[in-house]
Amino acid sequence: MEEREKLNRLRWRCTRRAMLEMDLLLGEFLDRLYPSLTPPQADAFVILADMEDLELWPLVNGSRESSDPVQAEVLALLRDVRVK
Amino acid sequence: MSKLTIPVRKFDAVIVGAGGSGLRAAIQLSEAGLKTAVLSKVFPTRSHTVAAQGGVSASLGNSEEDHWHWHMYDTVKGSDWLGDQDAIEYMCRKAPEVVVELEHFGMPFDRTDEGKIYQRPFGGHMSNFGEKPVRRACAAADRTGHAMLHALYQRNVRANTQFFVEWMALDLIRDDSGQVLGVIALEMETGEVVAFHSKATVFATGGAGRIFYSSTNAFINTGDGLGMAARAGIPLEDMEFWQFHPTGVAGAGVLITEGVRGEGGILRNSTNERFMERYAPNAKDLASRDVVSRAMVTEINEGRGCGPNKDFVLLDITHLDPATIMKRLPGIREISIQFAGIDPIKAPIPVVPTCHYQMGGVPTNYKGQVVADDGTPIRGFYAAGEVACASVHGANRLGTNSLLDLLVFGKASGDSVIEDVKSGTIGLKELPANFADFTLARLNRLNTQTGGANVNETRLELQRTMQKHCGVFRFKDMLIEGVAKIVEIEKAVARTEIKDKSQVWNTARVEALELDNLIEVAKATMVSAEARKESRGAHVRDDAPDTAANPNGRDDVGWHKHTLWHREGSALSYKPVIMTPLSVETIALKTRSY
Ligand SMILES: Cc1cc2nc3c(=O)[nH]c(=O)nc-3n(C[C@H](O)[C@H](O)[C@H](O)COP(=O)(O)OP(=O)(O)OC[C@H]3O[C@@H](n4cnc5c(N)ncnc54)[C@H](O)[C@@H]3O)c2cc1C
Repeated sequence: MEEREKLNRLRWRCTRRAMLEMDLLLGEFLDRLYPSLTPPQADAFVILADMEDLELWPLVNGSRESSDPVQAEVLALLRDVRVK
Repeated sequence: MSKLTIPVRKFDAVIVGAGGSGLRAAIQLSEAGLKTAVLSKVFPTRSHTVAAQGGVSASLGNSEEDHWHWHMYDTVKGSDWLGDQDAIEYMCRKAPEVVVELEHFGMPFDRTDEGKIYQRPFGGHMSNFGEKPVRRACAAADRTGHAMLHALYQRNVRANTQFFVEWMALDLIRDDSGQVLGVIALEMETGEVVAFHSKATVFATGGAGRIFYSSTNAFINTGDGLGMAARAGIPLEDMEFWQFHPTGVAGAGVLITEGVRGEGGILRNSTNERFMERYAPNAKDLASRDVVSRAMVTEINEGRGCGPNKDFVLLDITHLDPATIMKRLPGIREISIQFAGIDPIKAPIPVVPTCHYQMGGVPTNYKGQVVADDGTPIRGFYAAGEVACASVHGANRLGTNSLLDLLVFGKASGDSVIEDVKSGTIGLKELPANFADFTLARLNRLNTQTGGANVNETRLELQRTMQKHCGVFRFKDMLIEGVAKIVEIEKAVARTEIKDKSQVWNTARVEALELDNLIEVAKATMVSAEARKESRGAHVRDDAPDTAANPNGRDDVGWHKHTLWHREGSALSYKPVIMTPLSVETIALKTRSY
């Protein structure tokens, strides 16, 4: 799959989610922070984006921690996203 | 006429939508042995039904005495008497059955000590015909919608339902007799356009809350089912009725639960006044949703809004003990920080009344069959859930009645398909020669448009216009102006341009196609709202005030009827509200007061 196709698929999965909160956060993250992630971080983000919202939400709001160190780095960035 | 060909796949039934209603319908069909396809823009368990936390209503009477007839009364009253009483009776009577069925499908409901389904009270649900609150809401912690979708999905996997995930249905296929023969859909991964040719087509596409700038709905709610139906010449019913939630975060729309005011949160205007004391001296900040929403809008309209544009009010919890906030309102602090940039322990949260739920939709009867103006079923076409208007919610939905609607009418629509197939009323009719022309022309227009309108900007313009001209509190001149503006925006939508012309994963194309649906819903809403010269339920007009002759502005002589908006000529017609229930006496018109 081409880069453009991969990115568009990721965009769809970030912005057509079950909960508005997640559409907003992941959409914002994709635009602002995703381009500067390292390749392992980018892969970790794709895995996070593929999670269901009620799996992801506790990781984002900090009520659960990830045991994967790279995923934890991405989650820390995600937690700092402000949507205004 | 040229015959442009596209691949055709044949099914007994095709269901568009894999939320609660679509999955419930699919179980019925697959388990009856019908070859069933379910199309969804996203993986089924990522549908918006997940967002529902509060619960699903049913008069199980597990914690105290309850009766479906009381539930029916509450629903009729909640609907401000615009709900059809046959459908409401049907839904409330069926509620215990479908909830227990769901339990058997594996739904992990909360339990009482005796192991029964735990039930809690919810606004508007009362015992003994409005006497006092009753425990009727069944929930699985605060993840009722999520748990429900998972239970329904697993059951479908077992029944061999065929899923088409990340497919977008674009248009209905109808023949000259008006019978519906399936849908045309786009596979995002390949860009391929395919016809799903079927005996029956069930719409379960959910709501269209994204027509408003401020909405609690996820981005996916673009009203595709409504757009497709309207383009195929099917009217949309009661589209002026939208429920607003008083406290969405200004800008983002994210819902701040009523619990915040329950814990002592106070609404303030730009002068720091606790303005609800003027509007509802007793209940104050805890008055009903519509009263609070209208008070907020009045403050904003009279120049007492906050912020640089004076377009929101403040929800203040700074006086509460931070420990209480952390303990009683978990999540609210994070939401406020992430979506308003405000730590609510230090500063108040900017909020506005925010669009939450669509009461209107594709007209159906209580069997989930889509009906023509005169009430006769349109052969081959069924709908359930938020896209449909049965009409059980009338002018205003009661909380937890929507998840119930998905189960009852999802199941009913499935049963109707089975019956209509068995009786031979519907079968696999031949597709008309030109069946794909309309859709392919739409796609071709989009691919070749030059010098056209930007999709994002046009959508934003549409949403701002709806919010400003057709929001929670409506004004005659604003509505008239709003109609003119929407007609202008419609012209821009007809010439949207996308830069990306590729086939595979072209999300720009998909978003442009979603906008084609949003505009139909927006226009139906604005035109229907402008025309309805009364206040009823969620439709509240400044020029239809509370008088002795028309309490709360409701005019039963002139307006006790359903609106039907027709895309052709943007024409309106009306049909009577069904006041005769299936087995009990009519619940006669009365002033709605709580
Ligand atoms: C924040 C929030 C909280 C709520 N809480 C409650 C509650 O506690 N209790 C309650 O009763 N109600 C609640 N509601 C309302 C309720 O959740 C919804 O009305 C209901 O879930 C809608 O279900 P549905 O099956 O009609 O559609 P959805 O669950 O929205 O599913 C629509 C489906 O259609 C698919 N689709 C749409 N367009 C297309 C297309 N063109 N092609 C292919 N597929 C398509 C989507 O992919 C999706 O699978 C809440 C709503 C919100 C926003």
